[in-house]
Amino acid sequence: MKIDLHTLGPLVALIALVILGAALNSAFLAPANITNVLARSAFIGLIAVGMTFVITAGGLDLSVGSMAAFLAGIAIIAMNAALPGTGENWGTILIGMGVAIMGGVLAGYLNGALITKARIEPFIVTLGTMGIFRSLVTWLADGGTLSLEYGLRTLYRPVYYGGLGWITWPIIAFAIVAVAGEWVMRHSRFGRHVEAIGSNDRVARYSAIDVNRVRLLTYVLLGVLVGLAVVLYVPRLGSASGSTGVLWELEAIAAVIIGGTALKGGRGRVWGTVVGVLIMSLIDNILNLADLVSPYLNGAIQGVIIVLAVVLQREKRTADER
Amino acid sequence: MKRRSLMKSAAVIAVLGFAGAPVFAQDDAKTIIGVSIPSATHGFMGGLNWHAQDSIDRLSAAYPQLEFVLATAGDAAKQVNDIEDMMATRNIDGLVVLPFESEPLTAPVKAVKDAGKFVTVVDRGLSQEGIEDLYVAGDNTAFGRVAGEYFRDNLEDGAKVVVLRGIPTTLDNERVEAFQAALEGSGVEILDMQHGNWNRDDAFAVMQDFLAKYPQIDAVWAADDDMAIGVMEAIAAANRSEEMWVIGGAGMKEIVKRIMDKDPQLPVNVTYPPALISSAIEMTALNFVSGAPMVGRFIIASQLITPENAERFYFPDSPF
Repeated sequence: MKIDLHTLGPLVALIALVILGAALNSAFLAPANITNVLARSAFIGLIAVGMTFVITAGGLDLSVGSMAAFLAGIAIIAMNAALPGTGENWGTILIGMGVAIMGGVLAGYLNGALITKARIEPFIVTLGTMGIFRSLVTWLADGGTLSLEYGLRTLYRPVYYGGLGWITWPIIAFAIVAVAGEWVMRHSRFGRHVEAIGSNDRVARYSAIDVNRVRLLTYVLLGVLVGLAVVLYVPRLGSASGSTGVLWELEAIAAVIIGGTALKGGRGRVWGTVVGVLIMSLIDNILNLADLVSPYLNGAIQGVIIVLAVVLQREKRTADER
Repeated sequence: MKRRSLMKSAAVIAVLGFAGAPVFAQDDAKTIIGVSIPSATHGFMGGLNWHAQDSIDRLSAAYPQLEFVLATAGDAAKQVNDIEDMMATRNIDGLVVLPFESEPLTAPVKAVKDAGKFVTVVDRGLSQEGIEDLYVAGDNTAFGRVAGEYFRDNLEDGAKVVVLRGIPTTLDNERVEAFQAALEGSGVEILDMQHGNWNRDDAFAVMQDFLAKYPQIDAVWAADDDMAIGVMEAIAAANRSEEMWVIGGAGMKEIVKRIMDKDPQLPVNVTYPPALISSAIEMTALNFVSGAPMVGRFIIASQLITPENAERFYFPDSPF
């Protein structure tokens, strides 16, 4: 497998951040902190892997944050509703997981169908569904918070906090999805079709690729991964509200772009996306661990590092192409 | 910005649809009171919306001569439109308004006042003084001070605390400054303050980092009950629940319930009641149905909720 120069820029930024963090606070490299950061990254990470496919195929999805909140809401409602019939056991939790994943499939299909069949711009479609999902969860929660019944929560809790030693389930899920995503993008027919469509969809169509079907599938895949993120998110706090998942879509898109995937499509880097996600969550972590700047400036530091990571990558690319 | 306002106005429609906004027939003999509040985008505002609707239902039943028009807005521009519509199409006699932002709402509310209507401003003051007849608000300084005094009185000399702040606003600054002032000279050390944005997930992440950074933490001022829930989850995951207690704020029903049940990790809470909108609506209604003077400033105290008095602050039907 060839090492790609485009991913080196963000990787350099990531390594620099790790060294900076370790220098500023010895607690940074403690296993507990590493677990925290990786597990927290998993939600955005899973979504960002899906987003890599959507963006590579020349699409965009702004609805994922709202979709996550909505799926968390209906999963909690489904589990609470099933509880009297099925009892406090893993069966009930599996129902909730099923609702989240199936909901993700349907929500992704809705986005994809509106984009490919009704031929509406992805930006507009997902802007619309973003508002729809967000207000639906606010409505379901009556403006408040939907909470999972206490006994079920206790049972479900280890899905976020448990795992194999320090490596908790969200980290394992993120790792598996990242490896699988990289393989699909690099070595499967689907991945090659996605890149072909993003580069030039007319040529792809002439090459007998079913462009609409592949595009639709990228949105469904993203929906499934949002559902999976929700399966891991719900046990953490056991609740969902109108403020769940706010701005996740932009974090995911930023991670994808930092990782070297082109926003205009055609070139997808799943490994880069993983690096991008880690950069984003490390910045937060380091700013909290070290009293470097006024907390009012946290957003500015984040902005600078995001832009820097992309600048590093651009320079590498021009050197590569020269 | 466009994206946000679309999101919020969609939420407004949902809230209106759910609450079944009252639609009354026009009747000149009736006194019409307009109520304009922000929509339910987070727990506190959800509670506020619920209490507003609850008061309106109760007052409509008690005083048949009163009529209410409720509008919820996702941003300041929508709220200005709401108020102009109330004036133009419903010819309101009184207005209860919780301004989304002070500056943009000052001129439109002044226009209502200049038309000779009774104006009640709730919680966030207008940028020009003397417009409103009645001002009803919570006490942000007391909110920080009451919490700070509890920390001062219940922690040993040399104890260490961390603070989660809200969204950077003047309201948050007032609370935090009062909290720091109350701790001054007490020997209790504030290790760190970071913004958790009144959000469970953000507070969870910030608290995880505090726990990684500081081996000794004796207490946490989460300053908000949503943040308190995220904080407690992070502490539980680090197996340090025995080491520290947490004080939230605002009186969320789940937290008040746990105080009633004497949870050692949640000894007390400080109120900043979303029901303050009810005080405002009821007093405005009284202005029209009774001769009692209802003009002036009414500041609702921030009280300490303890296991002994928690029952008074418990509203099981409210979403917050």
